[in-house]
Amino acid sequence: MKLPNPLALFRGPVTPGVLGVFGHLDATLDAVKQLKAGGRDDYTVYSPMARHEIEDAIGRPPSSVRMYTLIGGIAGCAIGAWLTLYMSYDWPVQVGGKPIGSIPPYVVIMFEMTVLFGALNTILGIAMNALRAAKRQGTIAYDPRFTNDKFGVFVPCGADQAGAMESLLKKSGAEEVRRA
Amino acid sequence: MPETSAPARPGAQRLTYDYVTRAIARTLGNPGRGYFLLLGAAVILLAIGIVCLLYLLRFGLGLAGYSHPVYWAVFITCFVFWVGIAHSGTLISAILFLFRSGWRTAVYRTAEAMTVFAVMTAGLFPLIHIGRQWYFYWLIPYPNERGLWPNFKSPLIWDEFAIGTYFTVSTVFLIMGLIPDIAAVRDVATGWRKKLYAICAAGWRGTSEEWRHYSRGYLYLAALATPLVLSVHSVVSWDFAMAQVPAWHETIFAPYFVAGAIYSGVAMVITLLLPIRKLFHLEDVVTVHHFENLAKLCLLTGMIVGYAYAVEYFIAWYGGPTPERQAFIYRAFGPFWWAGWTMNICNWFLPWLLWFKKIRTNLTALFVISIFVNVGMWFERFTLIAIHLAGEPFEPFAMAGYNPTWADWGIMAGSFGWFFMWFLLFVKNFPTVSISEVKEVLPVPKRGKAA
Repeated sequence: MKLPNPLALFRGPVTPGVLGVFGHLDATLDAVKQLKAGGRDDYTVYSPMARHEIEDAIGRPPSSVRMYTLIGGIAGCAIGAWLTLYMSYDWPVQVGGKPIGSIPPYVVIMFEMTVLFGALNTILGIAMNALRAAKRQGTIAYDPRFTNDKFGVFVPCGADQAGAMESLLKKSGAEEVRRA
Repeated sequence: MPETSAPARPGAQRLTYDYVTRAIARTLGNPGRGYFLLLGAAVILLAIGIVCLLYLLRFGLGLAGYSHPVYWAVFITCFVFWVGIAHSGTLISAILFLFRSGWRTAVYRTAEAMTVFAVMTAGLFPLIHIGRQWYFYWLIPYPNERGLWPNFKSPLIWDEFAIGTYFTVSTVFLIMGLIPDIAAVRDVATGWRKKLYAICAAGWRGTSEEWRHYSRGYLYLAALATPLVLSVHSVVSWDFAMAQVPAWHETIFAPYFVAGAIYSGVAMVITLLLPIRKLFHLEDVVTVHHFENLAKLCLLTGMIVGYAYAVEYFIAWYGGPTPERQAFIYRAFGPFWWAGWTMNICNWFLPWLLWFKKIRTNLTALFVISIFVNVGMWFERFTLIAIHLAGEPFEPFAMAGYNPTWADWGIMAGSFGWFFMWFLLFVKNFPTVSISEVKEVLPVPKRGKAA
C-alpha cells in the first residue's frame, strides 16, 4: 500500500484557474484593474518584493495585524505591572527607603514587556493572517520566477471562464499565460 | 516600501532583479580559502576562550584578577561592549526603515545578524561573571521554595528584562526579514539546499496577501524595536548610573551610552562588511556610497560621544564634588592613564577625520578607523568600569590595585571567536544582503523600459 505524502496534509485542494506571468509592474497593475472592473476580488497577485502600487490597486483594507500588535502590547504592559506589583507585595521588603510597590522603577519592566508581547503577537498576527489567506486560496498555481524577477496574477475560475481570463491577462501584457 | 521608484544610489540602474537574486544567492556557494581561514581563526579564538573558562570554573573567579573593590572588570566591560555593538543593527534595520532610508537595504541584513550574534555574545558575560553559572536561573522570577522574588527596583533586573526582550525581538525581526529572501534562494537553488531552504521559507510565495500582512507587521515591529533599542542601552547605563560611584552617578549616561553603542556598532558593521563584500564579490550591490553613509552615521554619533566626554570633564571641574573631580583626574593622569587616553584619542579625536569626503570614500582608511573606534569603545567601557572602581576613594585603605589576567584576556578573545564564528556561518548559509528590499529601491520594470 502506498502511504500518503505527509506534506500533502498541509496543502489544500488544487484550485483550478489561469496564471499570468508578467515582466512589468504597470502591465500587472493593468490586469488587476481590469479584473477589479469585472467585479472580481478572488485573484492573487505575486511579486518579488513589496510594492505599494499593487496594494493600492487591489484596494484591500489595512491588515488586521495592527490589532494583534495593540492587544499584545497592552497585555504585555499589564503582565509587567502585575509581575512587579504582585511579587513586591507577596514578600514585602523595603529597598532603599522606597515604597514596596514603587511605580517608577517598574515602568522599565512594564515597557520591556509591552515591546516583547507586542512584537511576539505581531509575528503571530502575520502567521495567522497569512495562513488564513493561504487556506482561502487553496493550492494555487505558482512559478519560481515570482520571487526573482517576474510578477504574476492568478485568477481562480472554471474551464468555462478560462478562455476569457486568458485573453484578459494577455491583453494586459502578460508574457506567458497558462491554465492550472 | 519606498514611495518612489527612483534609484536610491548611483549605479543602481545597472542592476536588474535577476542580477540581484543571483549575486546574493552566489554568496551561499563555495566561499573560497579566505573564508575558511577566517572561520578557522574564529574557532581557534573560541577554543582559547573555552579553555580559559574551564580553568575559571575549576579554580574560581580569583583567576580573573578581581581585587577589592574592583569586582566589575573585563567581563562586565565585554558585556557592555557587545551589547553596544548590537545597537547599530536595530538602528539600521528599524530606525532607518521608519525614516524610509533607501540605502539601508543593502547593509541592514549584515547589521541585523550582527545584532543577534552580539547580544548572544553579551549574554554570556553576566553568566561568566556570576562565577557559579549553574545558579543563573536565580535571576528569573519563578516561584521558588522560599517564596522569594527578584528585586524589581534593581537595575540589574531591568537589564535582564531589557536584554532578554532585545534578543528575542532582534531575532524574530531578523528571521522575519529573511523569509522572503530564503524563498527567493529556494527558487534558484538545487539539490539538498533547495529542500533546506524550502523548509526555512515557511511556504512563502510572495502573494499580495502575504506582502500585505508582512509589510504591516514589519512596520509595527520596526516601530516597537525603535524605542526598544533606545531603552536597552539606557538600562545598561543605569546599571552604573544608579550606583553612587564617582564618574558613574551621572544623568547624562543614558543618551551618552546609546550614542556610544550606535557609534561602536556602526564601526563594527564597517569592519565586518568590507571583508564580506570582497570575499563574496558584492561590490555592485554594496557600493562605496553605502560605506560613505555608514561613515556619516559614525561621524554623527562620534560627535555626540565626544560632546558627552567633554561634558563629563567640564561638570567634574565646574560643579562636581571633590570625589567626582578626583575620579576624572584619576582617569586622565592616574596609573591607568593609557586606557583613558586610548579612549579619548580613538573615540573623541579620530572621528574628526570623517568630516573629509576623501576619507569617507576611502575604504582602506574607513576600515582602519572602524577598528580604532572599536578599540576605543572597548577602552571606554574598561575605563568607566574597572578604572573608576579602582580609583574610587570610598575606602582609601583598600589600596586598590587591579590587573587583568590571562583568564580575562583569554575569555575576551574567546568572545570574539564566538561572535565571528556565528557571523561567518550566517553569511555563508543565509542571504547576507536583503534580496527583496534591494529590489524595492531599484527602478521598477515598466513596459518599454529595461528592468
